[in-house]
Amino acid sequence: MASLTLQGSAHRYGANINTDEIIPARYLNTSDPDELAKHCMEDLDKDFMKKLKPGDFIVAEQNFGCGSSREHAPIAIKKAGVSAIIASTFARIFFRNAINIGLPILECPAAVKNIKSGDVLSIDLTAGTIKNVTRSEVYQAQPFPPFMQDIIKQGGLLNYLKRR
Amino acid sequence: MGQTITEKILAAHCGVKSVKAGEFIEPKIDIALGNDVTSPLAIKEFRQVGAKKVFDRSKVVLVMDHFTPNKDIDSAEQVKFVRTFAREQKLVHYYEGGNCGVEHALLPEQGIVVPGDLVIGADSHTCTYGAMGAFSSGAGSTDLCAAMITGKIWLKVPKTIKFVYTGKLNTWVGGKDLILYTIGKIGVDGALYQAMEFTGPVIEKLSMSDRFTMANMAIEAGGKNGIIAPDKQTLAYMKGRGKRAGKIFQSDPDATYADIIEIDCSKIVPQVAVPFLPSNAKTARSLNAIEIDQVVVGSCTNGRIEDLRLAASIIKGKKVHSRVRMLVIPATPQIYSAALKEGLLEIFMKAGAIISAPTCGPCLGGHMGILASGERCVATTNRNFVGRMGHPKSEVYLANPAVATASAITGKIIDPSQLK
Repeated sequence: MASLTLQGSAHRYGANINTDEIIPARYLNTSDPDELAKHCMEDLDKDFMKKLKPGDFIVAEQNFGCGSSREHAPIAIKKAGVSAIIASTFARIFFRNAINIGLPILECPAAVKNIKSGDVLSIDLTAGTIKNVTRSEVYQAQPFPPFMQDIIKQGGLLNYLKRR
Repeated sequence: MGQTITEKILAAHCGVKSVKAGEFIEPKIDIALGNDVTSPLAIKEFRQVGAKKVFDRSKVVLVMDHFTPNKDIDSAEQVKFVRTFAREQKLVHYYEGGNCGVEHALLPEQGIVVPGDLVIGADSHTCTYGAMGAFSSGAGSTDLCAAMITGKIWLKVPKTIKFVYTGKLNTWVGGKDLILYTIGKIGVDGALYQAMEFTGPVIEKLSMSDRFTMANMAIEAGGKNGIIAPDKQTLAYMKGRGKRAGKIFQSDPDATYADIIEIDCSKIVPQVAVPFLPSNAKTARSLNAIEIDQVVVGSCTNGRIEDLRLAASIIKGKKVHSRVRMLVIPATPQIYSAALKEGLLEIFMKAGAIISAPTCGPCLGGHMGILASGERCVATTNRNFVGRMGHPKSEVYLANPAVATASAITGKIIDPSQLK
């Protein structure tokens, strides 16, 4: 497996960031990724889309993505340009949805504890290592089972199923 | 070694004798469910991968309940897209218009889900059917798409937390209070990735309606599914509904649990979850000073006929406070019709409440009762996140139908036993 390295800055949030904050229901009368991305994280952080540069990371505490099953949430985040999410834990439906659409996510409480907003990170997805370039620290996330890594690499569940 | 009811249902759908917590499996599903928000994405993907037919036209259920009756052009286009698919695939269960209700109230009522089923729904409150002794869990649109094509889903067998409810229920306390209290105790991720098995003498006596309310909110504790073993009440409820027989599973006495939590119900009084998490459970009595602008009685959590009867019994002969808008949303046409026949709708109208067509509507901030900035609502719904029912600066307080209705009368949050 070729290793996949991502680089960008961290945008740090708290615990229980829910799908209503990630993409409010008032925008769910469409499933157009570009339209959804415009409103990404709007009710949590009005300036999120202004601050975000393509390739950046969301770093959050436990239970990220709790609430609704709307896949519009990880779609909005992916299309907004976020290259991966690091959280202490993820809510289970968000976890599934992110894997299924090929949005990389990492569970790593140690990273979440130490990373501050603006820190530059470099992530090796295959190894599950998160390098904090700003603070010269390295954190190790629990790597996902190979079949999940494979789904992410294929760009989502459907590509993965097609190939099988 | 013994197995839990959740493990048994999952094993049965894999065609094996047993499965273990932590194991990855690919079980067959009995029902794949989608709504007007989640199925458009699933159908788009269905088309993109070049799929031609759903795995079984009687097992894919599409319910257009979130923004219907369609609130705007975009919503109408989404439903039109789903309708075209449903017709093309000749789906047996497509609901829109006069046959349509809030999905998780509709499916049990219509006998579409039966005990022992494995249900995957692209809606987080799919866990509701656990009340009937089914394994049911929420997933996303891509999962729904894969399920519609293959009739299967990948899952990790969850560990189970067993909740044992003992003691005697206090007046005005129902399933909603038990589950709000429970979530308050364990937190919004207290059952993350795990099954919540509700047991004990209190559950055995609890009505099906209250059981649905409890299983419905398992997701608010992060649970994969909530489940209650079927008993006489379940079978009585099923009578005349299900076309399929269903299968009764029970946990073995020596099943393995991640945790066993005993809850003494005699300590529980009517609960209210304050903004902005369902785990912020407080007693209704402790919130008496909070003035409110709106009350919603409805949703997949508490929009059943039993909920409307309870609300009507409180407001009969009284008036909704002049500052408050009270919305009553029967969850399905059958419930609406029963409420009409029983005279409940007249009681609500005389009190000055608004009766809405069955819809998820305001629960998710969709339509039919959106809050302005600074407004507060007591709702019998399931979530009170930031902006859930409208403006990010509005507030939702979660409660049972008795608390919500009593609060509509006084214009402040109140425990029904405080009503004069």
